[in-house]
Amino acid sequence: MTQYTLASQIAFVHLMSRKKQTFIAALGVTFGISVFIAMIGMMNGINNLLEDLTLSATPHIHMYRDIQRREPSVMQRLLGNTPLIEVHHERPKNEQKKLRNALTMLDYIRKDPDVYGASPLLTAQVFYQYGQHEIGGTIAGVDILEEHKLFGIGDKLIGGNLYDVLTTDNGIIIGSGLAETMQVNVGDKINVTTVTGTRVLLRIVGIVQMGIGAIDNSRSYSTLHTAQRLLQKDKSFITDINIKLRDLYKAKDKSHLYSNLFGYKAEDWETANASILVSFTLRNTITYSVSVALLIVAGFGIYNILNMTIYEKMRDIAILKATGFSGGDVKAIFMIQALSLGLGGAIAGLLVGLLMSYGISKIPFEAKGVINLTSLPMSFSPLYYAIGLVFGLLTTAAAGYLPSRKAGKIDPVEIIRGK
Amino acid sequence: MMKEENDIVLRCSSIVKYFTTPVKFKALNNISFTIQRGEFLSLIGKSGSGKSTLLYVLSTMDTDYEGTLEINNTLLTGKTLNQLSDFRNEHIGFVFQFHFLLPEFSCLKNVMLPALKLGKKSEKEVEHDAYEKLRLLGVADQALKTANTLSGGQQQRVAIARALINNPTIIMGDEPTGNLDKTNSDIVFGIFRELTADYGQTIIAVTHDQDFAQRTDRIIELSDGELLTSNR
Repeated sequence: MTQYTLASQIAFVHLMSRKKQTFIAALGVTFGISVFIAMIGMMNGINNLLEDLTLSATPHIHMYRDIQRREPSVMQRLLGNTPLIEVHHERPKNEQKKLRNALTMLDYIRKDPDVYGASPLLTAQVFYQYGQHEIGGTIAGVDILEEHKLFGIGDKLIGGNLYDVLTTDNGIIIGSGLAETMQVNVGDKINVTTVTGTRVLLRIVGIVQMGIGAIDNSRSYSTLHTAQRLLQKDKSFITDINIKLRDLYKAKDKSHLYSNLFGYKAEDWETANASILVSFTLRNTITYSVSVALLIVAGFGIYNILNMTIYEKMRDIAILKATGFSGGDVKAIFMIQALSLGLGGAIAGLLVGLLMSYGISKIPFEAKGVINLTSLPMSFSPLYYAIGLVFGLLTTAAAGYLPSRKAGKIDPVEIIRGK
Repeated sequence: MMKEENDIVLRCSSIVKYFTTPVKFKALNNISFTIQRGEFLSLIGKSGSGKSTLLYVLSTMDTDYEGTLEINNTLLTGKTLNQLSDFRNEHIGFVFQFHFLLPEFSCLKNVMLPALKLGKKSEKEVEHDAYEKLRLLGVADQALKTANTLSGGQQQRVAIARALINNPTIIMGDEPTGNLDKTNSDIVFGIFRELTADYGQTIIAVTHDQDFAQRTDRIIELSDGELLTSNR
């Protein structure tokens, strides 16, 4: 331990005797780390925003009847699987889209301790009548209280009251985009036509903004009962069940379990949002590669400066070795210099990165359409600051290793006699 | 006779050393001698005779030789580099032609460094010792200056103080007065003389200064890698 304190004393004297070089070498690291912090903050801000938007609006498991599910034909069922029989262009049977025993399934699912909640859903394809125009869209018949618990729909209302939908006959909560297009407000009535031709008058009790344009421009919410009436179906007619789990990473396992148990398709969120998850990975990859490139440049700076220092300090190294400092001591002196540059540069980089992140988060950035924004989203997760620090230290350790080893191996006789 | 044995601080036997570049060349041929405690010995010879080469073999910094080397009854041949570093730290003090003081440190710190490396005393004690040595050499008033603000003679005296800090078994000098004028040479010689006479310090110095050599206790002369004389 005392050996290292002595080595660090010498290392610091070396660093302080070349303040300008020290500063510039550390600046390289600072630059690399601060850009890393700002970039990763921005990328993660975007990732988190998208994740929040999609995950808050998507269930962890979505269960529905899959019409693509192929059943063996009658002939095959009778005669077994033989190459003699081939049925081309099979059509599905005229089967109701509903989930059988949906209410029993709901009860069962809700009793699972891993499940946070399960919400029944009945989606009705409709046309919203706007004068002579028809706007295509859907009405989601939901258990509004459960829906609020799972997706926080009540927090996304920009007008009206969530509970009014329960007390108002034929009340709906309309998407904000739709409301804007049709120039309607809470309290107004709109005409809706179903695909089967039924025409119903609905009363707007709320306006909801999910933040995703595609949804806000087409979807409204009503009670299950209203949707069932719209489609002229009975009270047990439910087409989908949305499930949220306490741990969203159990979704894959649970979806397999439910799929096997109930015989319906159960899709987990990762499968449903595969493309978004890929874009997360892509953004992170870009950030890490840019940062690594920057840090490698900074590393070369440190490598150069250390090499130069060692060249200048040949005689000092020789005399240290002559007076009893071992190769390891000398190596430690230069490794400590490299690591101090790394540590100092990285800490400064974290601070500059934090300031940059803060600055970026304050830049006004108006975006409407797919997602609604007023400023760039920014993540300040401490994890990335820790990664930045480790990154900085690793790079400088790598950059310092070769020159330090060279210094440790200097033969004092050669230097002293070489005079 | 027993006492005689115990008082041998350095014994080298059959030292042979080759240089391999540019061509294989025998630099030292079968050198054997012993040094008594408290001896002031000079190593002379023409340039190329191998005197410096021999000194660096004796100093343990050059390990590429045949034969054996013993200092203070410890066999040093075959020890690892780290063991040799520790040994040098404790038992050998160096004075070179150039002072080789570290330019970023004060003279005091330069003197302290080998003792701090040894780690046997606290920093306070080491500082006290260092002042003691600087005072002994008459440069205590320069302690807090950096080396490059001192005159050549003062620098060499600080370097000698550094060599003395761990109370080494042997001080080795490679042309210790080679870069000094007559007055300063005499001062340094006087210091060496005093160290051997009053403190029983053993000193071995390579020199080409005949005058310096004549005044030492014993001269070892080398010629073409062979031991010529070892007069007492």
